[in-house]
Amino acid sequence: MRRAAILWRVASFAVAAGFIALWQLIADLKLVSPVFLPGPDRAWASLVRGFSSGDLWSKLAGTLEHMAYGWLAASIAGVAIGALIGSSLKMRTYVAPSLEFLRPLPVSAIIPVAIAAFGLTQGMALFVIAFGAIWPIMLATVHGFAAVEPRLYEVARSLQMSKMAVIFKIALPSASPDILAGMRLSLTVALILAVVCEILAGLDGLGHWVLLSARAFRSADLFAGVILLGATGYVTSVAMSLAEHRLLAWQAAVR
Amino acid sequence: MTLDRAKPLALPLAVLAAFELWARATHLQSDSLAPPSAIVAALAGALADYSIPLATRDTLFSAFAGLATGSMIGLALGVALGLSRVFDRLMEVTVEAVRPIPSIALLPIALIALGFGYRMEIMIVAFACIWPMLILSRTAVRSIEPRLMEVARALKLPLAQRVWKIVIPAALPRIFVAFRLSAGIALIVAVTVEIAINPLGLGAGIMLAQQALRPDLMLAYLVWIGVIGYGLNICLTVAQRRLFGRAALSGENP
Repeated sequence: MRRAAILWRVASFAVAAGFIALWQLIADLKLVSPVFLPGPDRAWASLVRGFSSGDLWSKLAGTLEHMAYGWLAASIAGVAIGALIGSSLKMRTYVAPSLEFLRPLPVSAIIPVAIAAFGLTQGMALFVIAFGAIWPIMLATVHGFAAVEPRLYEVARSLQMSKMAVIFKIALPSASPDILAGMRLSLTVALILAVVCEILAGLDGLGHWVLLSARAFRSADLFAGVILLGATGYVTSVAMSLAEHRLLAWQAAVR
Repeated sequence: MTLDRAKPLALPLAVLAAFELWARATHLQSDSLAPPSAIVAALAGALADYSIPLATRDTLFSAFAGLATGSMIGLALGVALGLSRVFDRLMEVTVEAVRPIPSIALLPIALIALGFGYRMEIMIVAFACIWPMLILSRTAVRSIEPRLMEVARALKLPLAQRVWKIVIPAALPRIFVAFRLSAGIALIVAVTVEIAINPLGLGAGIMLAQQALRPDLMLAYLVWIGVIGYGLNICLTVAQRRLFGRAALSGENP
């Protein structure tokens, strides 16, 4: 059984390698102008060059930094506000509908407002990323709090636990699967908004790098940047899955 | 009952009224904020001179064209991957490698390949719409009642008919859920591309208003974009309930 899985994995990598070879072939035969489509060899060379000169490291670090700060701020604020709304019935009737109304708003539309308020600065990027990433976390927290097994609340009441104790000992742990799922969604949002902010405000990061490469028609650098952004998305989401698995291991044991 | 329905409105109305009063009292002069009355006036003005309706048409055209292209590709791939276990396993690495690329990162590639305009926006929206469609339709096809597939096999239906007569109808409720999700994404991506770079539609309109230091018009655009997003969501939710009833709800949490 295990061997079959490994064999399938190898075959799957072979297919992916086949696609890369096809890409190389198209580039070599110049079916698409090399101005738009560099071969994988040139993109790879550009990646290696960028990393060995340290250029790409600093761009990558810039993007990760924007993403991480905005996402962390959004996570803390989102869980706090979500807990506040979710733990009181009054807040749920009065505030939650407004949040539901705001949810389908394309968050990038807040960017011009942020530019007007903060200028083309790091603060603007931080605000936009945090604002965009807070929604999934906050709504997931509200939902998680509302879905707590009612008997747990009854137990808390009969034990005369304080409100804070109820939130930290009962509501947050049982809402944690929802909250972590929300945080994972937000991670993607944070990456996208980080790239957009870098493009618009010229902040140091991969978004700015790919745009500059495109403007200068350095297509190999451009593809290197896009590949790196894809890798960033992949690695962060895998890391989040692992963290989720770890943090929720106790729940799987209970069930 | 009517009181209960009014409760959710209390907070937004109170915030708007307080903001209006504050703006009047302090004679607000700002590049980023404007009193609600001015926003409403700007919105009415921009609706009357057709600038917002035209921008809406451009944005929705790009979003829907991208949505149609992307969800067709996603659906075709999703059905193929759902039907054939072998194909699914072979494509796994490729799909997992391409999927995490943030759609907006393709913007510079689309820009040098296609230039400004509808085509590059449609391409980026299409790329973003492929993935939810692919993933959800793959799950939907895989969870089709096995006996239906047995019937298809017993009738010796050729592949095209099997897909058209059995697979698609059986998976349709959940495919529609995927379509609804993709439509939301399409609008978000279209507006984002316009804000980032493409001089077209609502996103470009709001950027222009910001650069012209017209906070009232900028916030009017923001409100309008919110209304469009909310309206689209409502339309699709209602359509889903009308078309599929409870059947579609089973697809919400696969």
